[in-house]
Amino acid sequence: MLPGTVMKQVETKLSAQHIFMTFTRDGKSTPVLNDVNFDVARGEFLCIVGPSGCGKSTLLSAIGGFLTPTGGEIRIDGEAVRGPDPRRIFVFQERGVFPWLTVEGNIGFGLFKLSKAERVSRVAHYIRMVGLVGFEKAYPAELSGGMKQRLEVARALAVNPDMLLLDEPFGALDSITRLIMRGELLRIWREERNTVIFVTHDIDEAVQLADRVAVMSGRPANIRKIVEIDIPHPRDISSPRYLELRNGILEQLGLAHQI
Amino acid sequence: MPHRRIGWVRPIAFVALLLVLWQFAVSRSSTHLLPGPWETLGGIADLVRHGLLLKYVTASLFRVTWGFVLAAVLAIPLGLSIGWHRRAEMAFNPLIQIFRPISPLAWIPIAILWFGVGDLAAVFLIFLSCFFPLLLTAINAVQRIPAVYVNAGRNFGLSEAGVVWRVLYPAVLPQLITGLRITLGVAWIVVVAAEMIAVNSGLGFLIVDARNAGNRYDLVVAGMAIIGVIGLLLDQGMRSLEGSKTLRWDYSED
Amino acid sequence: MSALAQPRKWEQYFWPLVAAAALLVLWNYSVVWTKTKVFPSPLAVERGIAELAHKGVIWAYIGDSLRRVVLGFCAAAVVGIPLGLTLGWYPRVNQVVNPTLQILRPISPIAWIPVAILMFGVGELTPVFLIFLSAVFPIVLSCVSGVANVPAIYRRAGRNFGLTAPQLLARVVFPAALPQILVGLRIALGIAWLVMVAAEMIAVDSGLGYLVIDSRNSGKRYDLVVAAMVTIGLIGLALDLGFRRLREFRSVRWGFRDGA
Repeated sequence: MLPGTVMKQVETKLSAQHIFMTFTRDGKSTPVLNDVNFDVARGEFLCIVGPSGCGKSTLLSAIGGFLTPTGGEIRIDGEAVRGPDPRRIFVFQERGVFPWLTVEGNIGFGLFKLSKAERVSRVAHYIRMVGLVGFEKAYPAELSGGMKQRLEVARALAVNPDMLLLDEPFGALDSITRLIMRGELLRIWREERNTVIFVTHDIDEAVQLADRVAVMSGRPANIRKIVEIDIPHPRDISSPRYLELRNGILEQLGLAHQI
Repeated sequence: MPHRRIGWVRPIAFVALLLVLWQFAVSRSSTHLLPGPWETLGGIADLVRHGLLLKYVTASLFRVTWGFVLAAVLAIPLGLSIGWHRRAEMAFNPLIQIFRPISPLAWIPIAILWFGVGDLAAVFLIFLSCFFPLLLTAINAVQRIPAVYVNAGRNFGLSEAGVVWRVLYPAVLPQLITGLRITLGVAWIVVVAAEMIAVNSGLGFLIVDARNAGNRYDLVVAGMAIIGVIGLLLDQGMRSLEGSKTLRWDYSED
Repeated sequence: MSALAQPRKWEQYFWPLVAAAALLVLWNYSVVWTKTKVFPSPLAVERGIAELAHKGVIWAYIGDSLRRVVLGFCAAAVVGIPLGLTLGWYPRVNQVVNPTLQILRPISPIAWIPVAILMFGVGELTPVFLIFLSAVFPIVLSCVSGVANVPAIYRRAGRNFGLTAPQLLARVVFPAALPQILVGLRIALGIAWLVMVAAEMIAVDSGLGYLVIDSRNSGKRYDLVVAAMVTIGLIGLALDLGFRRLREFRSVRWGFRDGA
């Protein structure tokens, strides 16, 4: 170590050790996760990339406490994960917003432990943050896909979770909206600084957003490689370093970068 | 999962529990008119011995089949045509909506007036009770066909008749089968009511007659039990039809 | 569906009127041509309705019928909705209880009449009980189905936000299942109306169903019979339309995209 180097204090938020997941159905067992190991630092933005069906959603569900791994342990802040918890909120693909509640109702959903005044002010704050001002009394059926996604993010953030778990949240959106939403997500993340784990099959998306990208193999999956994205934000998606990192990941997945 | 193999034990245990409670309630009551499970079984045995069980079940099934099939044969093509042509649907829907809430039993005086007391009146009542629901099912099924299917048919150069045969009919089939199943259940309920009033054989008749001619409540409840079981069998039979592979494409839920 | 031109707005009123007029004309002329002495013409029915209204009989009977239906239906809802929600929430319990329900369901409420009379005697309670019986099954089944069809995503989200099981049931499952529950209630109301007529024909001495049978029995007044039938049809329709209005509420409208 060179003299004068400042050691970056890396506080480990999440630690996944030797995660195995096997699904058994009608006597047949399908191994999905095969010895997954990785750590996530506090405040980090980690993307998990892999081909469809490789088990990344399964991994994320296990982290969220919705599934129990068949082997291994996931620890968050040193505590083993035992079930769903408001400290780590899952964000789905916009289908997760409750259609019977207004925008305000959805965002306020998890805030039942607060006083009415606190709830109202917090809801207003997050409506502003995600840019849904003017739509407070609207129902999800009246919103576009991008707006519903923002609503879901707002609902998740309103309870001030430590971690956000996003499972291909922009998958149902058109590509233009997707680009816009990525920028929005980064903007929000910079304000809130939660730890974010973002699952996607879109490699560009991963390289554009993440501090580190965990590349998963096909089923039974483990983590092939963790790539550090050392480009500062805002990232130029035409810069040589960007392309270099992206192509590297494509190669990891066995894909050529020419069509 | 180990559940599967003992899947029948608990429901049967539950039924057994209800039977025990029933027997208990009956033995505790002061009037000894309402029969318990044993007496009911005795009633069923009685019916078998007199050769009546098969005769009555057949009579009821016979009426149901006639009324149901007649209604299906008329209502489905009619409903599909009405559903296909917007103006026809506009014209007939209000009328159908007014006829539908009129209980088939309210038609009894008219039925007797037109057909006299007998099988024909009962079959007419069953026909009526099946006709309107099937008509509405067919209309609704056509309206729910996604426009993309019809457009694809036209895109490939099908004539109007071609679209009807090769797109419409297959597309509506799953919904029609579900509608047929539900309506068969209705027919079974109505046959019992119709028989109580207008004929002299069948399970509905059995229930009324057993009471009137001697307060044989064991036969009454025996009749009810048989009605329930046959109704269940009819329903299960239709469900297995729904489950057949060629129709499966539509099913996400019941 | 058919490739003909799109109908215009006014046609919405035009065609039903044409069909209704055609029906009335057909009816009238079949009565005239067959020279039937018994079956009433449309005009006779109209006079019959006026007569009943004039005597005040029709209003009393409508009130009686509605009262019985409302009582039986509400009882069925009060019993059926919690039962259905519970069965839907605990699928294992449902597996145990369901076969029993499936056997009891096809037993026509009419078949229950002798037993009902035995239990409740001849009076108000018997028709209400029969209505209750006929309405409770569709309500329970639609509740079970509604709960089962709540997308897993909503339940997950609820658990994620730290909801306890009762909170989950009240704040997520129930609102999510509500559209389907409403459909079940509407169907149950329709069935209740049908059964009410049948129950009144047999077990009491007032109400629209009674009117149908009585008009025939005491004097072969088929004009009154048909008048009663028309009234039954119209009120039943009004009940159904009224219920459909509930779908307009925005907190359930999302569940009715196809016009259930």
